[in-house]
Parts: sequence; structure tokens; C-alpha cells
Amino acid sequence: MGAVAETMRKKLEKAFAPTRLEITDDSDKHKGHAGAREGGESHFTVVIESAAFAGVGRVDRQRMVNKALAEELAGPVHALSISASAPGA
Amino acid sequence: MSDASDTQVTPIRAFIEGAVRDHDVVLFMKGVPDQPQCGFSALVVQILDHLGVEFAGVNVLANEELREDIKAFSDWPTIPQLYVKGEFLGGADIVREMFGNGELKTLMADKGVPLHTA
Repeated sequence: MGAVAETMRKKLEKAFAPTRLEITDDSDKHKGHAGAREGGESHFTVVIESAAFAGVGRVDRQRMVNKALAEELAGPVHALSISASAPGA
Repeated sequence: MSDASDTQVTPIRAFIEGAVRDHDVVLFMKGVPDQPQCGFSALVVQILDHLGVEFAGVNVLANEELREDIKAFSDWPTIPQLYVKGEFLGGADIVREMFGNGELKTLMADKGVPLHTA
């Protein structure tokens, strides 16, 4: 796992104590596109399951994740696909 | 969303509010519907076309101020952004999920958005 992904994992674990967390680096699929960087780590998919999302609408769930990763989104991360759910949902 | 206590509405913010108010379905995207400049924008265009939803496409790449203010307007950091009947629905992930499970079609019907299925 690259340095950016590792930082994202730590932040998400701290913010949401997830019961499931998968971070995939999709940068290879976007080579040569706008926003793609040398060395990858620009495009990610995050699948996260946490009790923190229970009773929260999907727009707000994604806002929560985006806020937790605001620094990364303002910096190296060009695109982030998010699937956030609550356990059992 | 915009704060009612704001006394100063910038021309860009007025444009955004007007676009969202005046169109049943409006997509703020990178590029134009016939030529999206980003895979996520292209995906949402494809889904709307597939459902037969008529929509207005607003190219945020045409104006740097617009590109930034749309993010503040919706408290959403990324493009594309889809609005239906004045309401922010979500970005590419949410549109894809709602299309996949049939919710998007139901929502359009519930909100009285006509679907022109071929």
C-alpha cells in the first residue's frame, strides 16, 4: 500500500472505527488522464462500513468521508469513489 | 446550500441558483454532455441518457469561479453534481448506486420528471 493510501486508512480508522475498510488504488486505470500523477496514488476507491453511518443519508455519509480526507482531496488525490454503509444495511 | 442571511450574492452564485431553479434536472459536469472531459461526468451523462432524462449540462471547466463555487454551494468537493427539482442528489457514486438498484428511475417518476424511453 502506498503512502497516501496508508494515510487515508489511518484517518478513516480513526474517524469511523470501521467494521470493513477497503482502499483500492485505481490510478493505473487513469494513466495519462487529467489529474493522474507519476507514481500513481491519485485515483482511489474506498469501501467503508461503519456504525457511524447508521441513520445517515447517503449524501451525508459521503460528506463525512470527504471531510475526513479533506487534506488528501485537496492534495494528491484527484478522484475518490466512495461506498459508505452501515453494518447490516 | 446558500445562507438566507447572505446579503451579497455573487453573479456566479446567482447563476448556480438560477440553473438549479430553472431546470428540472441539471448536471454540473466537466465538459459538455456530448463531450464529457472526465470519466465520472461521462458516467452520469450515460445513465441520464439511458433513462431518457432530459437535463441541462453546465460545464464547470468553462469558468474557474463556477468550478469552485459549485462545491461551496452544495458542500460537496467533487464534480459531477446532479440536481433534481432544486435538490442536490449526489455525485457519480450516488447516481451510479441509485441507477443500479432502480431508485433513480423511481425518484425521477416520483418527482414528475418525464422519461423519454426509446
